[in-house]
Amino acid sequence: MTKTQLSEPAEILVKSICARYKNDEHELINILHELQHELGHLPAELQSAVAHELHIPVSKIYGVVSFYSFFTMLPKGKYQISVCLGTACYVRGGELVLEEFKRRLNIKTGETTKDGVFSLSCIRCVGACGLAPVVTIGEKVYGRVSPQQVRRIIDEYLMLEEG
Amino acid sequence: MTKTHIFVCGGIGCRAMESEQLRKNFQREILVRGLSDEVQVVTTGCFGFCEKGPLVKILPDQTFYVQVSPDDAAEIVSEHIIHQRKVERLLYIDPETRKRVTESKDMDFYKRQFRIALRNCGVIDPDNIEEYIARDGYSAIAKCLTEYTPEKVIDIVKKSGLRGRGGGGFPTGLKWEITRKSENSQKYVVCNADEGDPGAFMDRSILEGDPHSVIEAMAICGYCIGADKGLIYIRAEYPLAIKRLKRALQQAVDTGLLGRDILGTGFNFEIEIRYGAGAFVCGEETALIHSMEGCRGEPTFKPPFPSVEGYMGKPTNVNNVETFANIPVIINKGAEWFSAIGTEKSKGTKVFALAGKINNVGLIEVPMGTTLREIIYDIGGGIKDGKKFKAVQTGGPSGGCLSEKYLDTPIDYDNLIEAGSMMGSGGMIVLDENDCMVSIAKFYLGFTLDESCGKCAPCRIGNKRLYEKLDKITSGEGTMEDLVRLKSLSLVIKDTSLCGLGQSSPNPVLSTLTNFYDEYVAHVKEKKCPSKQCKDLINFTIIEDKCTGCTLCFRNCPVEAISGEKSKIHHIHQDKCIKCGLCYSKCKFEAILIE
Repeated sequence: MTKTQLSEPAEILVKSICARYKNDEHELINILHELQHELGHLPAELQSAVAHELHIPVSKIYGVVSFYSFFTMLPKGKYQISVCLGTACYVRGGELVLEEFKRRLNIKTGETTKDGVFSLSCIRCVGACGLAPVVTIGEKVYGRVSPQQVRRIIDEYLMLEEG
Repeated sequence: MTKTHIFVCGGIGCRAMESEQLRKNFQREILVRGLSDEVQVVTTGCFGFCEKGPLVKILPDQTFYVQVSPDDAAEIVSEHIIHQRKVERLLYIDPETRKRVTESKDMDFYKRQFRIALRNCGVIDPDNIEEYIARDGYSAIAKCLTEYTPEKVIDIVKKSGLRGRGGGGFPTGLKWEITRKSENSQKYVVCNADEGDPGAFMDRSILEGDPHSVIEAMAICGYCIGADKGLIYIRAEYPLAIKRLKRALQQAVDTGLLGRDILGTGFNFEIEIRYGAGAFVCGEETALIHSMEGCRGEPTFKPPFPSVEGYMGKPTNVNNVETFANIPVIINKGAEWFSAIGTEKSKGTKVFALAGKINNVGLIEVPMGTTLREIIYDIGGGIKDGKKFKAVQTGGPSGGCLSEKYLDTPIDYDNLIEAGSMMGSGGMIVLDENDCMVSIAKFYLGFTLDESCGKCAPCRIGNKRLYEKLDKITSGEGTMEDLVRLKSLSLVIKDTSLCGLGQSSPNPVLSTLTNFYDEYVAHVKEKKCPSKQCKDLINFTIIEDKCTGCTLCFRNCPVEAISGEKSKIHHIHQDKCIKCGLCYSKCKFEAILIE
């Protein structure tokens, strides 16, 4: 683990969230959920701080963070693009849509663009199988997405960025 | 007292199509026209007919509108509500008779369904406990607490024949009885709402549409097994379900139906929510329990079963959402009523998430014993775009692909296992002639690879090797020996994996090998993909005689792999082509050849 120091506000946040859960190690997943919600990701130094509060080895925290797909150690982009690869979306061409996003953004699944604007991930079934293939960006759901719509979707957000 | 209700579907599919904006528009219209005292707008849970969303139902006359856009709100209010004239253009058209259908009960999609677990979804306002109570809600717990002993309730559940709806199909009453008999001062009731099958969303729909049914059932379970604490383990990715559940829990506490001394009977029961963090293996009950304890969600060997040693080492009864949703009805209507539905060994109904290459995608509930043909053709409206049926996949990554010969098999737990698939949580994906079965098997294996927890070697290493073999075959590098190895390795993984995930993960491979062996052979011997899906085995070319030079393919190609001028024959440059198939789907002259 790196020795980077955690910022003071982040440290206070860790202390207060852990304290709210009575520093109970069984509440680890709930604590991590809250921290990720507040800070966006769970870097190594943050995990060390949580380990310190809960009096458990940092390896246990890392074990949990790396086990669950919901947790991330890397910061996500401002707009998180998730391409559904549930079975219904897969058979209706979800993979082609994912490929097109990868190609256009020039990143792999799980990565963030260098400017921090987009990150790309795949998800498994959002429950909108009637609209397959589905892409979600934040709260917004795009249904029946075809590869040639990908460029338009990206442009929509780039325009937001440019104001 | 309001006279008219406008129900707007709040299921995820409809919300993705702006049903929330539609609801707001309805509310604004009602307000502007001064109808607030007579008309109430309600966002309900999923109606089920996702294909035709956003859906709107108007009560009391039961008119069912389909594909309603936010802009239609004004017309519905002025025509239907004020002038009592139906908005014809928004009524469902029966595909056979071509006639407009007014009520959902007359639609093929609904009329063959039988709703127990989904009884309140799309019928009540999930945020209002009174609406649940008005439909016999919480009468089952009242009956249990005041009239029945815990043993009597367990007896009813046992006699009903209810089996776990999460996949395994273990008899629910028996599970309750074992947990009851485990002696301990502290026991737990756990609701598994960590729906992980990529293609199933029934638990989410029940929680979003009828959260109280699950809460009531958990309390009944607590009474039976002697637990005063319940935990709901839910996917963090289900924000709406979590919100509705939290509100429902608070309402139940405020009404005295949860908490201390429920209904003055001295029975205490409280429920907490725990969040999953995205791990399919946590659907396995021991893994789920470890996750709730704040650890990695790795399964452990059974026995000891959770009924004896579960959460925090205490006896714990784990059931899934759909199982619980059946309980209040069983108590109210009796074991005999319930056991009269279904087949000899699988009683009641099952909810399926019907999706894929089918006309009516949606959430359905049918009696056990319904055939695949009835589901796919009668309820599902047949295969999309008039294509030919190839297979139906049930049970998600743990299930298998069934071919045409199984279309008339009555669906129940045992028949599906015998056919080489399984019930699973109820995902049902229909595949057509364009789907490559080897690729489908590879898709599921890819999912298993991502989700295997890595604890036991057969699942961690074996599935990886299986995936590599499938990858080799879809790349045209496979040999006949690989096919033999695929099967033998699959059987070893099934036999030796620690938990249900590994024990069932080769099912997609084995079932496709059994039912679609010819397709594997074509990939291996002829180096051809019969469905023309495997990119390494196909090429796109332009049939010169048919090309009109319309430039449509040229304009749509995402990688500029097509060249040509207007009115002249176009060409595809194989070195640039990514084989996305766009040109093929766009060409109006069938001038693109896949070979």
